[in-house]
Amino acid sequence: MAFFSKNSRTIINNLKSKAGLSRLMKQSRNCCSMSCLNNTNCCRFIPLTTIPQLRNPDSYSHKKGFLFCFQRFQSTTSEQQFASLPNGEHNQELDFPGGKVVLSPEMQFLSESPCVYNHCYRVLDDNGQLISNSNFVQVSEEIAVKMYSNMATLQILDTIFYEAQRQGRISFYVTTIGEEAINIASAAALKSDDIVFPQYREPGVLLWRGFTLQEFANQCFGNKADYGKGRQMPVHYGSNKLNYFTVASTIATQIPHAVGAAYSLKMDKKDACAVTYFGDGGTSEGDFHAALNFAAVTESPVIFICRNNGWAISTPTSDQFRSEGIAVRGQAYGVRSIRVDGNDALAMYSAVHAAREMAINEHRPILVEAVTYRVGHHSTSDDSTKYRPADEIEWWKMARDPVTRFRKWIEANGWWGSETESQLRSSIRNQLLQAIQIAERAEKPPVNDLFTDVYDNIPSNLHEQEKWLRGTINRHPKDYPADVPV
Amino acid sequence: MLGVVRQKMLGQSFPKIRPAVSVLRSYSSAAKQMTVREALNSALDEEMSADPKVFLMGEEVGEYQGAYKISKGLLEKYGPERVRDTPITEAVFAGIGVGTAYYGLKPVVEFMTFNFSMQAIDHIINSAAKSNYMSAGQMSVPIVFRGPNGAAAGVGAQHSQCYAAWYASCPGLKVLTPYSSEDARGMLKAAIRDPDPVVFLENELLYGEPFPVSDEVLDSSFCLPIGKAKIERVGRDVTITAFSKMVGHALKAAEILEKDGIDAEVINLRSIRPLDRSAINASVRKTNRLITVEEGFPQHGVGAEICASVVEESFAYLDAPVERIAGADIPMPYAANLERMAVPQVEDIVRAAKRACYRSVPLAAAA
Repeated sequence: MAFFSKNSRTIINNLKSKAGLSRLMKQSRNCCSMSCLNNTNCCRFIPLTTIPQLRNPDSYSHKKGFLFCFQRFQSTTSEQQFASLPNGEHNQELDFPGGKVVLSPEMQFLSESPCVYNHCYRVLDDNGQLISNSNFVQVSEEIAVKMYSNMATLQILDTIFYEAQRQGRISFYVTTIGEEAINIASAAALKSDDIVFPQYREPGVLLWRGFTLQEFANQCFGNKADYGKGRQMPVHYGSNKLNYFTVASTIATQIPHAVGAAYSLKMDKKDACAVTYFGDGGTSEGDFHAALNFAAVTESPVIFICRNNGWAISTPTSDQFRSEGIAVRGQAYGVRSIRVDGNDALAMYSAVHAAREMAINEHRPILVEAVTYRVGHHSTSDDSTKYRPADEIEWWKMARDPVTRFRKWIEANGWWGSETESQLRSSIRNQLLQAIQIAERAEKPPVNDLFTDVYDNIPSNLHEQEKWLRGTINRHPKDYPADVPV
Repeated sequence: MLGVVRQKMLGQSFPKIRPAVSVLRSYSSAAKQMTVREALNSALDEEMSADPKVFLMGEEVGEYQGAYKISKGLLEKYGPERVRDTPITEAVFAGIGVGTAYYGLKPVVEFMTFNFSMQAIDHIINSAAKSNYMSAGQMSVPIVFRGPNGAAAGVGAQHSQCYAAWYASCPGLKVLTPYSSEDARGMLKAAIRDPDPVVFLENELLYGEPFPVSDEVLDSSFCLPIGKAKIERVGRDVTITAFSKMVGHALKAAEILEKDGIDAEVINLRSIRPLDRSAINASVRKTNRLITVEEGFPQHGVGAEICASVVEESFAYLDAPVERIAGADIPMPYAANLERMAVPQVEDIVRAAKRACYRSVPLAAAA
C-alpha cells in the first residue's frame, strides 16, 4: 500500500517500489515546510503497522489459493505525529470551540493545489505485470477467473445491448465500457450482506452477485418478468435479494441514502457496510458534500466509490471541479480516502477490501476514488465524438483496456488461455442473444401494475381509475396493444 | 362528540403497547387539557417506546430539546442514537432519513419549519414518495417528515409559506394537517405506524394552545385513521372546510354566523392527501353551499382541489358558487398590520359565508 509516514524511515525503505517514491518523499518534506502552512495538510498519511506478510508478496505461492487481509491501520499513531511538528519555533496549540489550532506568526495560505500529487495506488502495470514490491490482497485462482469472466461478460453485455438499442429493440442503454474493473473488482471485494447504492454505471456489481443475463434483458425490455414491473427506463436495475437498491436517474441522491443505511447497519451492529457509487460529476452535487460530512460525524460504515472517468456527459473534469481529484475532498471532510487506478482490477480489489475492513471494524466512512476513462458515450442519447477526439477514445479503448490488462495477469499465472477466452466469449454472446429474444417476445406487465405500489395499499381513487380503464379497454379492444395483458 | 375511531394499524403487532383501556364515561367530565406540544411530545415518546425502530432526527431535536420543544425529554430518555442532532443540511438529513427507511428503520425527520424543507424537497419527492412505485414495491419508505408549516407571527416571507398544496399534489405521499391535540396525537401515531412516507404539517401558533382530551385520546394505542375528515361543528346552511389553524378561525366564524341565523358546518380536513372527498361532498349535498379556507397561496391551493371535487361530484347540489378564502397572493410581509391583512381572518370567513347565503355584505375588508 502506498501509505507512508514521513517520520518512519524504516517503513519507507521497505516500501520503496519505484525510484521515484523516495525522491518524492524528500520533495514533499521540503515543499511542505516552505509553501504549505501545515505539514499535516500535505502529508498526513496513515502509517502502516508492521505487516510482515505484505513485505514480499512474491514469496507467497499463487497456487495456495487463499486470501490474506491487511492488518487494520492503527489510527492512533497519526495523532502522535500531529503533536510533534517541526513548524517554526512556536508549537503552541490552542483549543478553540471550532477546533484545535497550532499558532504561527507566519502568514501562510493553504495552497489551492497541493504540492505533492495524490498518490494513485496501482499494482499491475499497463501490461498486466505485477509491479515489484507492491502491496495487495492476494486473490485466489477461482476468484480471479470469476472476476475476469464477469468483466468479459460485462463487455459483451454492453456491446450487445448497445446494438439492440441502435436497432430500436430497446429504448435506451448506458454502457460501462472502460470501467469493468471498477465494477467487478469492487463487487468481488464486498460481501453479499453489504448494501449497494448505485448510480447507473455499475451493473457489474449486480452481475457479480448473480443477476442473470435474462434478468438484465427483462429489465431492459420492461416485460412481465422485470422486477421493476416495467416502470423504469432500461439499465435501472434493482434487486432486494442481492442487496442492490434500484437505480434512480437522479445524480448523487443515493449518497446520503447510503449513509443512512450505513448508520442503520451500525445501530443494528451488523457485520456489513453500505457502498455507494457515483461519478466525478456527481461530486459536484450538494448531496455528496453533505453526505460525506454527515458520514464522518455519525461515524457510519460506508464506502464511497467515485468513478472519476474524466467526463460528465460533455463536461470534462476541468470544468467540473478545481480540486485535485476527489480523494482530497474526502480528507477535507475528515474521511479517510485513497486514489486508485480504476483500470487495475487487483488494485481496486485490494483497496475496497481494505476499505471494507476499516469501515466495519472502525465505524468510519472511506472514500475510494477510482481514476479511469469513460470509453463509451454517456448513453445511447449521446455522441461523445462531438466533444472529445475520436482517437483519444480509441486509445483508451485499446491501449488501456482494464479487461485485457487483467487477462494478461491471469494468463501469466497460467489460469487462462486463448481457448478458454474464445469459449467464454462465444458462450456469453449466444446466451445473451437468446436472453434478448426471450425477453423481447415476453408479455409486458399487466395493466393493474400501473396502479400498485403508489402506496402500501391501493387507495380508492386508483381502484376507481383502474375500473374506468378496464371499461375503456373493453369498449375499444382494437385500440389496445396486443402484447400488454389486461 | 369526538367521533374518534380506534384503529389497529394494518395488522402490525406492537408487543409493548398496553392493551386498550375501555373508556369510563363517568370520568369524561373531568376532561384533561393538553397543549398540542404536549400531544406531539407524548405521541413521539409512546411510539419510540413501543417500536425500537422509530427514531427522531433533525436540527436541535436533541440537546436543545427541540427548536419548539416538541422533543423535550426524549434525548435523556432514548439517547443520542435515537434522537439525532444533525448538521444544517436539510437536503442530506432528509436523504439519510430515506436511506435508513430503505433499510427498515422508521425515521421521524423534523424540519425546523417546512420552509426549510424546500432544500430537501428532492429527497421527499423523488427519493421518498416515488421509490415504492419506481422500485415496484422493493423499496418502501416508512418515513415521517414533520415540522411547523404556514405562517407564525411576524416571521416574514421566508418563514411563512404553507406547503400543503405542494406536497398534496404528489402521488406516493400522505399529507396530514392536525388541528387539535387529539388530532396531533392520533395522527402522528398513525403517521409513524404508516408504511408510506407522510408529510406531517403542524402549526407553530397552535403548539401552545390547550385542547380538552378524553382518556381515550390519552391511551397509548390511540390512533386516528388517515384520510378521514372530522365534522367539528354540525350545521345546515353552509359548509366551511378548513385545516390546521384555520379550523379555529372557522369555528369562531361559525359562532358569529349563528347570531345572524346562519348555521355553519365546519369540517376539519385533517388529511389533505388523501382528501376526504366523500365527507366534503356529503356535507355539501346537505348544505348546498361551500367555503374553503386555507392559509396558503390561492392559486393551485387546497381549496382549488376541493372546489373541483365538489363541482365534479355534487354540481347539481350547489346553490351558490364555491368560494375560496386563502392567503393573499403575495410573499408574506413582516409588518404586523400588513401580515394581518395577508392571512385570512375570522371576518373574512364570516363575510364569505354570508355571500354564499346571498346576504348583502361589504365587498372588501376595512383597512
